[in-house]
Amino acid sequence: MEYLIHILILISIFSILGITLDLVVGYTGQLAINQSVFYGIGAYSTAILATTFEINFFWTIIFGILLSATVSFLVGIILNRFSGDIYALVSFGFAIIMHAVFLNWQTLTNGPLGISGIGRPEIFGFVFSENLFFLFLSIFFLFVVYFLCKILVNSSFGRALKVVREDELVSQIFGYKPVNYKLVIFIISSSLASISGALFASYVSFIDPSSFILLESIFILTIIIVGGISNIRGAILGAIILIFLPEAIRFIDLPADIAAQSRQIIYGILLLVMMYFRPKGFLGKFRI
Amino acid sequence: MENSNITMQSEKISKSFGGIKAVNNLDIKFYSGKILGLVGPNGSGKTTLVNLLTGVYTIDSGKIKIGDSFFSKILPNKILFYGITRTFQKIRLIEQISVLENIAMVVAKKDIISAIFENNKKFNLNKSKEILKKVGLLEKQNEAAENLSYGQRKLLEIGRVLATNSEIYFFDEPFAGLSPKMREIISEIILELKDQGKTIILIEHDMEIIKNLSDKIFVLAEGKKLKYGKPEEVLSDMEVKKAYLG
Repeated sequence: MEYLIHILILISIFSILGITLDLVVGYTGQLAINQSVFYGIGAYSTAILATTFEINFFWTIIFGILLSATVSFLVGIILNRFSGDIYALVSFGFAIIMHAVFLNWQTLTNGPLGISGIGRPEIFGFVFSENLFFLFLSIFFLFVVYFLCKILVNSSFGRALKVVREDELVSQIFGYKPVNYKLVIFIISSSLASISGALFASYVSFIDPSSFILLESIFILTIIIVGGISNIRGAILGAIILIFLPEAIRFIDLPADIAAQSRQIIYGILLLVMMYFRPKGFLGKFRI
Repeated sequence: MENSNITMQSEKISKSFGGIKAVNNLDIKFYSGKILGLVGPNGSGKTTLVNLLTGVYTIDSGKIKIGDSFFSKILPNKILFYGITRTFQKIRLIEQISVLENIAMVVAKKDIISAIFENNKKFNLNKSKEILKKVGLLEKQNEAAENLSYGQRKLLEIGRVLATNSEIYFFDEPFAGLSPKMREIISEIILELKDQGKTIILIEHDMEIIKNLSDKIFVLAEGKKLKYGKPEEVLSDMEVKKAYLG
């Protein structure tokens, strides 16, 4: 049971990352490969504030959101100058730079040694020390993010994002400013993504830069490609598939050296199969 | 025509691509309540001119006057604010959203706060449906735009510009490849806009349509004015015939 709860907590955390990334990739058509950065900012905000200043988890979430919003605003201005493949490469570069920051700003992040002893969330004297309760908290945040994003994508704003995604010139001719739309959705996406980092840091009680490497951004991207882009439910399905599937391998009697690499192999095969047979993903509403 | 009726004009605008002058020192005036037929052989600069006047291309030199204001640069996202709208020679719909949404995105407010907290959604949808009814696409409202036939796509593009309620309309070959029935629908829409006092610029290769709809014809050749006048005068002009036939 504990094992299943653990998996479900991870699914909740990665669903939040997937949903928020889908706002940028699926609804706005920008191939951002940097979600690990805001995952990391959320995690380090919680870790540093909770361990150094003993600030309550829920306040650290707010701080993480504000910090992610500020960073994404500044980075978004630069990213907005690019499009297509170049955009992907620049976001890729940003993820590498930020990983280097997590790794080398030792006075703040403790570098490769990481930060340990991050406490569990506490509200009105109740501590989410049991994993089951932590799962409820994770699901609560997942629902909050889901419904916020749902409202957003179903509004005129969401439709405008799709217009920008498909034809920027037409969006301009009919009075939209694509640059503003792209910047705002990037900030919203990044800010909400930081919540997952806070949950992760508090759940595992120890973080180091290895959790926020570029591969993690690619993994989050794979989640939405498999689940289906431009559909926020697709991100949840993608997270379920990509987290459950490698776990299933544990029950197959594979040699240890193969089993260890199986996760990457499964993701690779899954991506290839999806691209060939169903480029929209399982629940996708937009053709890449 | 009186100068007070001029809604938009260009003053010696030019545009070059590489060494080729696509539009060369061109003066052109558009009047309210009139349809101007913009014709010329392929490559004469018609679409380039529309692209310059709607901010898709930047002008190399010259000025554009809209109302009482002069511009040396027009941004595409400002043209709706100036009361200008356009269709495209090659249809550009938002393919992966519904027919209704293609219209609703034009009707909706464009600033981000209003877009997020849209409080007149029902009104906008009803207005969009009215426009779809006008262009005969109401039954297709929930279809993705990419699933429409060629003619229906043209009609949706026309519906989209109608939704802007602009003052100046650029129609870039709206009749190309359409059935007689669809041509009739579009002709009626254009004439209705004219009756409302709107300015219409119509690019078209079908001379019969141009002759029937236009108040004046402007013939472009190699980015310059070749002829301007009433349809019967212009279309019977030897120089114009020569430019078309080579």
